[in-house]
Amino acid sequence: MVAKSKLVGLSGDFAVAEAVRQCDVDFIAAYPITPQTLIVERLSEFVNNGELNAAYVPVESEHSALSACVGAALTGARVFTATASQGLALMYEILYIASSLRTTIVMALANRALSAPINIHCSHDDAYAARDAGWIQLFAENVQEAYDLTIQAFKIAEDKNVLLPVIVNLDGFTLSHSLEGLYVFEDEEVPKFLPPKEPVNPIDPEHPITYGPLDFFDYYIEHKRQQAEAMKASVPHIKKVFEEFSEFSGRKYGPIKTVGMEDAEVAIMVLGSAAGTVRSIVRKLREKGEKVGALSLTLYRPFPEKELAELVKGVKVLAVMDRSYSFGSPGAQLFMDVAAALYNLRERPMIFNVVYGLGGRDLTPDHVIQVFEKAKKFAEAGEVEEREVWVGVRE
Amino acid sequence: MSAPGLIKTVKEMPREEYLAPGHRLCAGCAAPILVRIALKAIPDPKIVVCPTGCLEVATTIFPYTSWKLPWVHNAFENAAATAAGIEAAFRILEKKRGIKRPKIVIFGGDGGTFDIGIQALSGALERGHDLIYICYDNEAYMNTGIQRSSATPLGAATTTSPAGRVIPGKQERKKDLVGIAIAHGIRYAATANPAYPVDLFNKVRKAASVEGPTVIHYLCPCPTGWRFPPNKTLEVAKLAVQTRAWVLYEYEDGEYKINVVVKEPKPVEEYLKLQGRFAHLFKPENKWLLDRIQKEVEENWSRLAKLAGIA
Repeated sequence: MVAKSKLVGLSGDFAVAEAVRQCDVDFIAAYPITPQTLIVERLSEFVNNGELNAAYVPVESEHSALSACVGAALTGARVFTATASQGLALMYEILYIASSLRTTIVMALANRALSAPINIHCSHDDAYAARDAGWIQLFAENVQEAYDLTIQAFKIAEDKNVLLPVIVNLDGFTLSHSLEGLYVFEDEEVPKFLPPKEPVNPIDPEHPITYGPLDFFDYYIEHKRQQAEAMKASVPHIKKVFEEFSEFSGRKYGPIKTVGMEDAEVAIMVLGSAAGTVRSIVRKLREKGEKVGALSLTLYRPFPEKELAELVKGVKVLAVMDRSYSFGSPGAQLFMDVAAALYNLRERPMIFNVVYGLGGRDLTPDHVIQVFEKAKKFAEAGEVEEREVWVGVRE
Repeated sequence: MSAPGLIKTVKEMPREEYLAPGHRLCAGCAAPILVRIALKAIPDPKIVVCPTGCLEVATTIFPYTSWKLPWVHNAFENAAATAAGIEAAFRILEKKRGIKRPKIVIFGGDGGTFDIGIQALSGALERGHDLIYICYDNEAYMNTGIQRSSATPLGAATTTSPAGRVIPGKQERKKDLVGIAIAHGIRYAATANPAYPVDLFNKVRKAASVEGPTVIHYLCPCPTGWRFPPNKTLEVAKLAVQTRAWVLYEYEDGEYKINVVVKEPKPVEEYLKLQGRFAHLFKPENKWLLDRIQKEVEENWSRLAKLAGIA
């Protein structure tokens, strides 16, 4: 039976805050940064009004925010923080420590472009900057998903087979500040999906543990190998949480969302809020008889490479869209992931990279059609004539 | 402030040890003296947080640990923030799940306190977390090989403030950590020194009796970095006090008190000449710097004596 819920209107930030309240977190440390700030403003209201029994620590920087979260997580508390862009960059050092200490912190990342020039709107620079840091990363496409994935993030992080921190990405402004209708669970329903946290090896003076020791060449590489295995081994458990939540909510979740992939000859792959635009155009093109499909990743880290490989069988050309750029690299970040994931397949699509939407530039339906037309042209030509295509840019 | 359990002799200290022998700190290092005494002074349950530094690297080389109580290291600049997170989390877990909240003590070096960690420390002091922050100040980045910090005293030679032909060692004075701490409106702050173990024990015990942040600034003579023989640690520490180069004082709820009133101070040279890091000051061309150090020592004493009402 699907959990009781009600239809409300909330921005992405407020929807995340509502999810965090319903997850009964114990500890929040955060520092204000647009476009994340509304999340923690709302959470501090909940705490100060007695609607959430949590410690809210208004730290003096994002570096301290994540540092405090690491300390709090070691006590066994359920811990949340939120940031964006420069704030994530300032946390960078501690991202690796949070995952390597196997903390179960959940972070909302309201995706925003990195400076310079300073810009408060959406790019995925911040999510990509964290891609190697050992955090599980989920991408929301709309406000409903931002809410749903926040609840699932705690369940994934705290699963004893996982024990890794989780980032929930929501596009800055496009989701963080846009009012959308969504179904919010009744408060009493959420604990049925997410029971209280059962801490693993928390700080306990009766059972002292040394957390964060010095680890040299005689052990470090084994510890990193264990961490690599933990990340790989988390995939089935993440999928199980998606399945349980799908049943709980009546809304379908999985690592990759698709349209038309059953017979697609060309396909477009994207992350975040642009997925809705891409899917709607793909549906229209399919109505005209075009064999086109769309893929969007809900699970970005660990990268769902096996699932992707299955889905792109029979695809001739795949356009991989990146809302960021990796200067000097052979393609932007998602493109490089896809290239690596598909390289050893006997049959694989040709791929090209589309750079779009930097600093909040809209991705219009026309841009998606341009991408489709390029892909179709490359498929007909039998080769990728341009590996890197920028859309929506004045040149 | 009359905290319970203040002592008069070292014999009254509890026998319990929380730092196991076999750690890799240098012979003659004053940090373990601090850790052993401070942990005896703080009631159970308690936990320790350390930033990166000598104490951290020398006591936790995996798979070994010297710590008989929970110990947390996060990074270099964030010990106060990490401890603040632990404190606030335990406070809520105490309310929600009845878990007993431990006392939290931080042992940070001068680099992790005066320099890279000052922002996190300031934040934690301002927010009023219940923490005992103890800086073991060996007056340079000893762990990375004796580089100058803002706690390095005037005139000292380090590997990044060498005694050169043109610039003879560090040209800037030491930052006033206790003054900075007090400016946050905290209730208790003090200086301490390994040659005065009873004073150290009582100060930590007072700090532990305060609900809220407290700061203790401990002079931590370093044979390796200061260049004196390892059997001279306490002699050097004592001379720091007897020359007034290190003033033992405390601040309690708005009142200053000098704990060891040095009526007839020895010349500061007595303290400096035991240490290789000051050897260049005894060359005739650097006499002006020696004079400046003596003048600053006297000015600092007068400032504190006035605050303590004994001027």
